[in-house]
Amino acid sequence: MNIIIRNTGEVPIYEQIVVQIKNAILSGELAEGEALPSIRLLAKELRISVITTKRAYEELERDGFIVAIPGKGSLVAPQNLELVREEQRRALEQHLADAVCAARTAGISRRELTELLALLYEDEGSEEAEENKGDKGDTQGGERT
Amino acid sequence: MQPVIEIENLRKEYAGFALQDLTLTIEEGTITGLVGANGAGKSTTLKLILNLIRRDAGTIRVFGLDNREREAEVKAQIGVVFDEPCFHEILSPRQISGYMGALYPTWDPAFFRSLLERFSLPRDKVVKEFSRGMKMKLSIAAAMAHHPRLLLLDEPTSGLDPLVRDEILDMFLDFLQDERHSVVLSSHITSDLEKVADTIALIDKGRLLFHEEKDRLREQYVLVKGSTAQLEKLDRNQLIGVRTNEYGFEALARSRRQAALSGLAVEPPTIEDIMLFYTRGEKG
Repeated sequence: MNIIIRNTGEVPIYEQIVVQIKNAILSGELAEGEALPSIRLLAKELRISVITTKRAYEELERDGFIVAIPGKGSLVAPQNLELVREEQRRALEQHLADAVCAARTAGISRRELTELLALLYEDEGSEEAEENKGDKGDTQGGERT
Repeated sequence: MQPVIEIENLRKEYAGFALQDLTLTIEEGTITGLVGANGAGKSTTLKLILNLIRRDAGTIRVFGLDNREREAEVKAQIGVVFDEPCFHEILSPRQISGYMGALYPTWDPAFFRSLLERFSLPRDKVVKEFSRGMKMKLSIAAAMAHHPRLLLLDEPTSGLDPLVRDEILDMFLDFLQDERHSVVLSSHITSDLEKVADTIALIDKGRLLFHEEKDRLREQYVLVKGSTAQLEKLDRNQLIGVRTNEYGFEALARSRRQAALSGLAVEPPTIEDIMLFYTRGEKG
């Protein structure tokens, strides 16, 4: 797992840690039951404050991503699928809200925006289909014609 | 976390200087940076914690113990480094280990040897032949070799090159891997504190201006730059200090979420910026 801390001051350091560890868990890079580095070790390696690292771990624990086990440190919690989906949905909503905002600024109509979205969704889908060597070939083929 | 040092209403008066009602709590397991100009009261505070000088009022507890009533007990668990290394010039590290062993019952010669190795210090050369950086590293190794729980250091990195300073800072971070350990260091090299401190205490003219988590400082304050016309529109109560020049202004502002800040150049402040604006920034 990589954690990159930026010191630009825009995003608080603890939040950067929270987001990056969450992503590592959601993407499966950190598996259930896997041990996270100790607060002090992570702080030392990243040269950030132990207080900040502690705050990040506390937030991850509160959100159900990790569990602190006395004497063992922090482990990746069993992931509640519901929770994961909720988290991903929330992220998606945020992206879409940004897209709507950008569209309004640029004077792009709702219809244009939905068309663009549909187009992008297809593109992604077909790329996936090619990678999967025609797993979804039937439906993709059907839509293309 | 529990407190390792609790200072309450501490006062010390000298001719022309007074440490005034200093109240400060330092949590265990953290590195605290004392910053302030020369003569602000940093060294006085450290000396009072060690009971090396007499106070005029106030109480100090270290590890939960009164530092005067339980002085020996308290001091046995503290490692101290002052600005000027204080070993006899004609001794070698090996000899120093000998007499420190006689002084501290918990002195660990093997650990001292490993610290010397880590700092690449020769064991049999006399201190007189050491460079300033080597002397400081020796002082730090000697301060750590009796396994203290608390390190008190007065300007441990001043006058040293960046490489040596980094080595020393790394040593503190290693020391902190044990959560019962704590470090308090004074420094006017604020970039060093930027690298390792968990909390920053700013002392100015004998008064504590704030004691705050380092990262919260960066979240709370913002460095704003803009034109003098833009300055007029800002809420002066939100500004800690302002510096104007021919072509615009620079100010330290509380909270980056002020609407008035939009359109201005906004940067995260360094500890040095915060210190300078706090201690000297005129309110415009």
